[in-house]
Amino acid sequence: MHVQKIEATLITGRTLKQGIGLEKGKLSEYYIEQTSYVEMSEEDLGKIGKEAGGRVRLSLDALSIELECRKGDIPPGVVFIPYGPLCNRLIGVNTDGTGMPDYKGLTVLISGDEEETT
Amino acid sequence: MSAQTEEKQVFRDVVCTFCGSLCDNIEVTVENNRIKSVKNACAIALARYQNAMEHRNIPRINGEEVELSRAMDRAVEILKNSRNPLIYGMSSSSTEAQRAAVKLAETLGANIDSTSSVCHGPGTISKQITGIISGTLGEVKNRSDVLVFWGSNPMEAHPNHSKRYSFLSKGLFMEDRKKREVIVFDVRRTITAKMADRFFQVEPGSDFEILMYLRRALKGDTRELDKKGMIGGIEKEDLRQVAARLKEARYGTLFYGMGLTMTRGKYMNTWVAMNLIRELNLYTRFIMIPMRGHGNVAGSDSVMAWQTGYPYAVNFSRSYPRYNPGEYTAVDLLGRREVDAALIFAADPAANFPFAAADYLANIPSIVIDPHRNMTSEIAEVVIPSGITGISAPGTVYRMDNVPLRVRPMLKDGWPTDEEILREIEERVGQ
Repeated sequence: MHVQKIEATLITGRTLKQGIGLEKGKLSEYYIEQTSYVEMSEEDLGKIGKEAGGRVRLSLDALSIELECRKGDIPPGVVFIPYGPLCNRLIGVNTDGTGMPDYKGLTVLISGDEEETT
Repeated sequence: MSAQTEEKQVFRDVVCTFCGSLCDNIEVTVENNRIKSVKNACAIALARYQNAMEHRNIPRINGEEVELSRAMDRAVEILKNSRNPLIYGMSSSSTEAQRAAVKLAETLGANIDSTSSVCHGPGTISKQITGIISGTLGEVKNRSDVLVFWGSNPMEAHPNHSKRYSFLSKGLFMEDRKKREVIVFDVRRTITAKMADRFFQVEPGSDFEILMYLRRALKGDTRELDKKGMIGGIEKEDLRQVAARLKEARYGTLFYGMGLTMTRGKYMNTWVAMNLIRELNLYTRFIMIPMRGHGNVAGSDSVMAWQTGYPYAVNFSRSYPRYNPGEYTAVDLLGRREVDAALIFAADPAANFPFAAADYLANIPSIVIDPHRNMTSEIAEVVIPSGITGISAPGTVYRMDNVPLRVRPMLKDGWPTDEEILREIEERVGQ
């Protein structure tokens, strides 16, 4: 049985290709491509009924983004997006009085794009 | 540096200013003002040199090309008309430019903040609370036999760090990898984790608890009932073994990354790590070094501290500097819509900030000083191109261990340096 929506902890961070993208140009297709996917465990992909390469939707409160999902060496319940403009659409401006937003550790809702249920 | 012909020059011992490692062994061959070949560079540095003269900025106002002098005029006008401006960025530029930016902030009565606030800023708060025992990367290379990477993945973010300074480097007393023990704590099994001797997968948001347990284990302060089970996804028994191993190190180093500063607890995570290192020094030599991201973000902390007394998040509206992360940090100022104009240099907040902050930045008059086009230059009212620090502009930059290095230009692009632009703006707004 596929559960179509799951909760997961969002971690954003650097990758080598994202770093190369910074230098190829912040407006380059390469940079956008390298910051526009989410890595998930095989187990979590199965739960939302998706295979690597499919599209998923990540939501947090009223904010949501749609992006490609990839299989990663990552524990179930945790997802990773390379640091960039797309993941930042989900990050709020709360900094807990430190200046630092919650770039790591927010809980997001993930669903298969076309099969969204409420 | 040696000139072989008038057209072809080979620049040796070039300092790459991409990341805080500041590798200073790059060799660049330049022919007719173009980079022909690059040696010793990591994949990111290679892309940096290959694309240095690509996607360059030109002077623009509202997207239209203008003379540089007109862009400067409008920049001065925006800042003069602002009641509460923000100066932000600084980390990919020289310390000389950072100094000029602080002067401009003082003249304007502005807020000034660097990318530290969304990077190692929380760690800097911890340094102010408890202090940091640190050292240089040279010491790590030559002496460090136990290397802990916590929430840090240098194989992807600082690709040549391991070869130049840490676990793959050949040091005076550490000739090969076998002499070093590498321990990684991370939420993900990263490439760095796969190269470690021991990897501990941390449950997200549990760093504080794990570090606290390590402190207690170090002192033998774990009662019988507290010896079984797991903490933060790791067996307590394993953590006690790690504590014992850290104690036995001859020269230990903890490298920490955003996995500590961006996650739940933020500055409390780095606070507890700094206390762990302090306590380890009762038994052995142990240091910690933040894995700084931008090439000269460490310099921005130093410059701000020597100029204002504070490392970032400074407000000059009362003519004297006031410091308060959470109040004068860029994300907070933009998120709360408190500033009415912004000058951004050597950073790209439109790409890197939470959407609401970037969106507000797009709706106030803003000036971008940057060699390259980026997402912020595309939303700015005024764009002023500048030379690239370390490629077409000289200056001083600080490595992640706070060692200052001098960078030299190897190309000519005809644009002024960040420092020259900021000095001129400062002189004109002060008139």
